[in-house]
Amino acid sequence: MGKEALSKGMIYLLLSLGAILMLLPFVWMISTSLKASNEVMAMPPIWIPSEWQWENYSRAAEVAPFGKYFINSVIVTILSTIGELLTTILAAYAFSRIHFYGKGIVFAVLLGTMMVPGEVLLIPNFVTISNLGWIDSYEALIVPWVASIFSIFLLRQYFFSVPKELSYAAKVDGCSDFKFLWYVMVPLAKPALITIGLLKVIGSWNAFLWPLIVTNSQEMRTLPVGLSAFTTEAGVKYELLMAASSMVILPMLILFFIMQKYIISGVARTGIKG
Amino acid sequence: MKIRLDQLTMKFDETTAVNNLSTTINDGELVSLLGPSGCGKSTTLMLLSGLYKPTSGQIYFGNQDVTKWDAEKRGIGMVFQNYALYPHLSVLKNIMFPLKMQKVPKKEAMERAKEMADLVQIGHLLDRKPGQLSGGQQQRVAIARALVKKPNVLLLDEPLSNLDARLRLEMREEIRRIQQEVGITAVFVTHDQEEALSISDRVMLMKDGIIQQDSMPQWMYKHPENEFVASFLGNPPINLLTIVKKANGYQIGNSDQLLNVPAFTLPKEDNLDVIHIGVRPEDFFVTTNGNQTFTGKIIHIETIGRDTLIRMEIGDTTIRALVDPQHDLQVGDTCRLGVSDTNIHYFNVESGQRLHPVERSMENARETNMEEHA
Ligand SMILES: Nc1ncnc2c1ncn2[C@@H]1O[C@H](COP(=O)(O)OP(=O)(O)O)[C@@H](O)[C@H]1O
Ligand SMILES: [Mg+2]
Repeated sequence: MGKEALSKGMIYLLLSLGAILMLLPFVWMISTSLKASNEVMAMPPIWIPSEWQWENYSRAAEVAPFGKYFINSVIVTILSTIGELLTTILAAYAFSRIHFYGKGIVFAVLLGTMMVPGEVLLIPNFVTISNLGWIDSYEALIVPWVASIFSIFLLRQYFFSVPKELSYAAKVDGCSDFKFLWYVMVPLAKPALITIGLLKVIGSWNAFLWPLIVTNSQEMRTLPVGLSAFTTEAGVKYELLMAASSMVILPMLILFFIMQKYIISGVARTGIKG
Repeated sequence: MKIRLDQLTMKFDETTAVNNLSTTINDGELVSLLGPSGCGKSTTLMLLSGLYKPTSGQIYFGNQDVTKWDAEKRGIGMVFQNYALYPHLSVLKNIMFPLKMQKVPKKEAMERAKEMADLVQIGHLLDRKPGQLSGGQQQRVAIARALVKKPNVLLLDEPLSNLDARLRLEMREEIRRIQQEVGITAVFVTHDQEEALSISDRVMLMKDGIIQQDSMPQWMYKHPENEFVASFLGNPPINLLTIVKKANGYQIGNSDQLLNVPAFTLPKEDNLDVIHIGVRPEDFFVTTNGNQTFTGKIIHIETIGRDTLIRMEIGDTTIRALVDPQHDLQVGDTCRLGVSDTNIHYFNVESGQRLHPVERSMENARETNMEEHA
């Protein structure tokens, strides 16, 4: 018994160390956001500011139109998440339940595209968007992100696990394909859909490179892009940048605490790390 | 509703799951589709439901040709082997689901669902999820869901095979009760002969997609149309023996015994050199007064329940007989078994078809009948 307790103790010790290591940057961000500018770069590092500079937050908010950025981020995140969920549900159903010509090949090609790194697609996508005349618009921020092969694959696997008899029973009970999908499959796949949705929300909220490339005006900027406002010719105002970053992260933090259970099971399901 | 199947055939790539099947199911009848696994029972049911469309042949509900109709339109209720309840819905919502699809107003749907739940005696479980129910309870929910929309036909695919033995007995009586109370036409698929024989008005025994016999359960048991039917029904199984024609009668296997059936003749065309006979174990009786049909040595005795099962050897032939435990029998004894000659079934060795000896054929019956009337 003593041995078991010991090994358990070791495990918890290691896990705690890991957790502290992960939390450090986060704590550093909060701490910096409350420092005076002369303490930011001080050596040795100062963890607890001598005087808490709460006004950093209000000053940061004045540097750029963060209200507008926030609204943009919210719109883009919500619409691309809804869009992705819709396309995923329909595509996954088609690939798991409907027989059509060339299904296997189409799906193989789709899976193949997952092997292409996103960075490679940046330029072709940019060209497409600019040909469509969408540069600096919500379309540019949203439309390229409303479908995800990975999500389709994930949901398709989930749909496969639903017994065939259930769709027979639904047919007999008077369901069309679409009603069966809506009244039976979607509610059954709720855990998978929440996972997909959460991953999308987080990814969309934090997206930086693409919004940076396709937006020019202040009007269309999202929060992560807006943070670059703190980088000026005179250098980076770290205390303000950290104050703004803390505010940007806050919604994700809240989401994480509410949805903790789903995120953890979702990560376990998809095998995504970090 | 009366159902008629006309030369129904269903082919999958290489297999012919249902082969040229024709029958009529009368209104309010409970018909069993019986047969070994893979004989095409489920496929037949899927064709009836419209979930599969036949390769050829017609299906009529009443006078209406419904062959091309989809399952949604046929007005059928179906119970699946694994019940297929909607796991995310409560019992009440499960039963209401077909009504919701028919856009029945919510209040009426609720009332009808509750009524149906009471009929199958699960009125106290309405708020549970399927996962919180026992197998028997899930079964009842599945039946209620199938019946709530007042279907024309109720189809059940091995509905009892996931239940334990005692519950199975109880539920099959339940199904019969509910079916008669509602007065619905029902088709019941099972591979369990006892189940089929006990609850149905009529049994269709299938093999390799072909109906072997289509008759009342007791008739099928007493008058099997071929060797397959004879051996599929009954437990312990029927004894099938070979008899060989000799100058002075038919000899049992390679023994020196002649089959002692007085006045046994087959019609000319069936007068074969070798034929098979079948006798059910329970049709034997132990006798000492010279009217025995078989005489042999007992090689094994066991008691099952209230019966004694003996195995007896006649030459290279072994027969099983269920006998009255009152007889004091020992292994090694010579035993004489009698059989009433109506309980001996004769089969063609090659085709397996039943042969009709002249003495007990229709002629004989008609004569006796006429005498009585005169
Ligand atoms: N969807 C299908 N595709 C191909 N073959 C099938 C299909 N369904 C059934 N079969 C074949 O048809 C035959 C009859 O099957 P089934 O009707 O399920 O038999 P049962 O219900 O009597 O056990 C089997 O040989 C089975 O392999
Ligand atoms: Mg089956």
